Amino acid sequence: MSNKPKKPSKFKENIKNIFLYLSRYLIMIVIVLVIFGLILVISGKNPLQSYHDIFAYTFGGWYGFSEVIVSMTPLLLTALAVAIPSRLGLINVGGEGQLYIGASFATWGALTFSNLPAWALIPLMILLGILGGALWAFLPGLFRSLGYVNETISTLLLNSIAPKIVAFLVFGFWHSPMDTNKTANFVAQARLPKLFNSRIDISFVIALLLLAAYWYIMRYSRWGLEMRAIGGNSQAAKRNGIPLSKYWIIMMCVGGAIAGLAGMAQVSGYFGVLLVNFSRGYGFMGFLISWLSFGDPIGILITTFIVSVVMTGGNLLQLTSGIPYAAVNILLALTLFVVLSRPVIFKRKTA
Amino acid sequence: MPIPASQELQEKIVFMKGITKSFPGVLANDAIDFSIYKSEIHALLGENGAGKSTLMKILYGFYGADSGEIIYEGKPVKINSPQDALRLRIGMVFQDLNLIPAMTVTENIALFLTDLPFIYKRQEIRDRILDLSIRYQLEIDPKALVSDLSIGQQQKVEILKLLMSKARILILDEPTRVLAPHEVKALFKILKRLRDDGFAIVMITHKMKEVMACAERITVLRRGQVTGNLIRSDATESKLISLMFGKQIPNLEIIEDISREFTDTPLLELVEVSTVGEGATTSLSKISLKIRSKEIVGVAGVSGNGQKELGDLVLGMIQPVLGKMFLGSQDLSKLSIRELRRRGLAFIPEHPLAMALVSYMSNLENFTLTRTKSYERNFGLKMDWEKAGVDLQECLKALGFEFPIYAPSKTLSGGNLQRLVIARELSHQPNLIVASYPTQGLDVQSTLAARKALLSARDMGSGIFLISEDLEEIFMMSDRIIVLYQGKIAGSFKPSQTDIYEVGHLMTGSEVFYVE
Repeated sequence: MSNKPKKPSKFKENIKNIFLYLSRYLIMIVIVLVIFGLILVISGKNPLQSYHDIFAYTFGGWYGFSEVIVSMTPLLLTALAVAIPSRLGLINVGGEGQLYIGASFATWGALTFSNLPAWALIPLMILLGILGGALWAFLPGLFRSLGYVNETISTLLLNSIAPKIVAFLVFGFWHSPMDTNKTANFVAQARLPKLFNSRIDISFVIALLLLAAYWYIMRYSRWGLEMRAIGGNSQAAKRNGIPLSKYWIIMMCVGGAIAGLAGMAQVSGYFGVLLVNFSRGYGFMGFLISWLSFGDPIGILITTFIVSVVMTGGNLLQLTSGIPYAAVNILLALTLFVVLSRPVIFKRKTA
Repeated sequence: MPIPASQELQEKIVFMKGITKSFPGVLANDAIDFSIYKSEIHALLGENGAGKSTLMKILYGFYGADSGEIIYEGKPVKINSPQDALRLRIGMVFQDLNLIPAMTVTENIALFLTDLPFIYKRQEIRDRILDLSIRYQLEIDPKALVSDLSIGQQQKVEILKLLMSKARILILDEPTRVLAPHEVKALFKILKRLRDDGFAIVMITHKMKEVMACAERITVLRRGQVTGNLIRSDATESKLISLMFGKQIPNLEIIEDISREFTDTPLLELVEVSTVGEGATTSLSKISLKIRSKEIVGVAGVSGNGQKELGDLVLGMIQPVLGKMFLGSQDLSKLSIRELRRRGLAFIPEHPLAMALVSYMSNLENFTLTRTKSYERNFGLKMDWEKAGVDLQECLKALGFEFPIYAPSKTLSGGNLQRLVIARELSHQPNLIVASYPTQGLDVQSTLAARKALLSARDMGSGIFLISEDLEEIFMMSDRIIVLYQGKIAGSFKPSQTDIYEVGHLMTGSEVFYVE
């Protein structure tokens, strides 16, 4: 994020920059498509047909496009959960764990207060999800600010504990009479409202609002200024009187809270039930997206979109062309690889 | 002062011709011609940002020149890396010494040798080091760990390193910056010895006295251009100053005519404070001192003897394990840094970029960092950049500094970074100022402005901690001088009761003796 308060802006320059910005993403997409095309040719498939299928599906109709947005929602949130602490130089690898704990807290709300009306139950579940994720991030933040443990390690380790806690809760207490590995389906009041006659739910709007708030606060507010100072030079920030530990703990919790919200949105919006091991690595994918886009809000949006197109289109390819799911992983890995090598490809001027 | 019999007969080793090098926004070297002769000490003089280091780093292969050529013994050469330079027997000692503290002297030197065999003979290298060190009075124990050496000794190791690698052109970047007065003299003796043996020495400096004391040829740079090239006998201080600055500049001496009365209640009081240093930091032991309103306490010491820790202690960055600290009547260790800042504590640290500024932020943003709350609007949702801009411009105007306020701080030169920090810290009338090396890296005019600003802050009632290695500065400004050595107060004087030599020796822990 470039931050130049009140600098006289030049319109033409801005247009040029936006054009450069977009064309970079476009070139990256082309590179990925060419390499993956080669792989498809080697395995005897027609790449043009496959690409046609992907684009026809994801961009050709409302249903396919809405599926892309559905898959974007948790990724946007988990990417934010990483991006916000990263502004302060904190590396939150724990999105996955925070997502699970948030989901389990929300599930407890859904199961316990299932006779509440939707207008009360859903905000309650959101609060619970936020609380769960924040709690799971609080300890790493606290330990970091006390100087005990690096948050990268502690959040990473907590990741493997969280799904097991969820499994314990589901197997031990919450499972439905029919299945042992999931809860009973949530009641209708515990489901996030759907939008546009599709599987998109209201959490997508929340994610966009959070993204915009993140952009605004980082760019214009005093907190953003102080956080950028901490991220840029924590020693200088501390000497300048910015309360380092407080920010570290709070922003770590904010990151966790948003990951927890992603978990809540998954169980309440997408699944309508809490499954053991329900996350398909959203926490980790969010981590990648955040770092690939250097925590830049627009970058997060674009990268998430690209990744979601790949994932949604990949699912389709698996069904229509008999391409194994491993190929989708290759495609995804290629995407990440090209995005990562962008400093080499473009010789970026600014970080 | 021996002057080479005839300049023309001397053997010219290096001729840098029409060297031009620009950095974004700065023309660091503008068509510079520079020659190095055999057996000479050549001072490269100029204020900060004049392009001295850049020129020499081009010769050392650290930077590539935009245009111009380097002629070595009559043949044009390309120097693309320090390795190339060393092959041509050109070596450089940087301002920040580059030794590995955890290794011994021998190992550090061995690392630097380009022809080091896969299995090297330690004893042989050790013997060669001893030979050289005796010959040039660079006494050093080759088996000693670098972390146990003083800065002065480390510098000797750096010079030995170059001699071992057979360099015969030695470039020293501000070699006296970290040395006590008697160490400077010793260094000059070493340099003269080397000169007599045929070495060419280029000394980058901005200190007039050193140039007059040891150089035979002087090249003066100003704003990337050569403004003068003269031999010692033609040089006078005022001539050099006018070449350096292009005009007559006011004297640095600050004359005071009023003797001031101090109140008895201290602004800040430390009572037997001790800290435990971690890693490379120094432990402070039993520091007791008071600082009163309208008083400047000068802290002399060679860097690494606890000055940084003392500053950080007052700021609350490190906590004492023993002893008490009071700000007025309040226990200082219970106050947060933000609270201390709010009560008017200003802090000018020794490294602006590492300790005070965020490099990728704009100068204006950096300016607001110590007082973010006073510029917030709408409960923190917005910042009042216009007011901040006006305030910064006013500060700069008052101090006579000038740099673009919207540019990222990382584009500023070292001197301007220091100016930014001084402007920020001295605005808003602080009442206690911790100033570490406040004039380091500043040119003469800005040094004067900074000193005047400190004095006027003092006259407004501030107490000032002046931490510096520039003994002249300390003697000129201080009402009281304390000397720090290895984390202890080694001496406490009124400036009139002592002299530079006594303080210099206490700084280095050596016995008092006078060299000449």
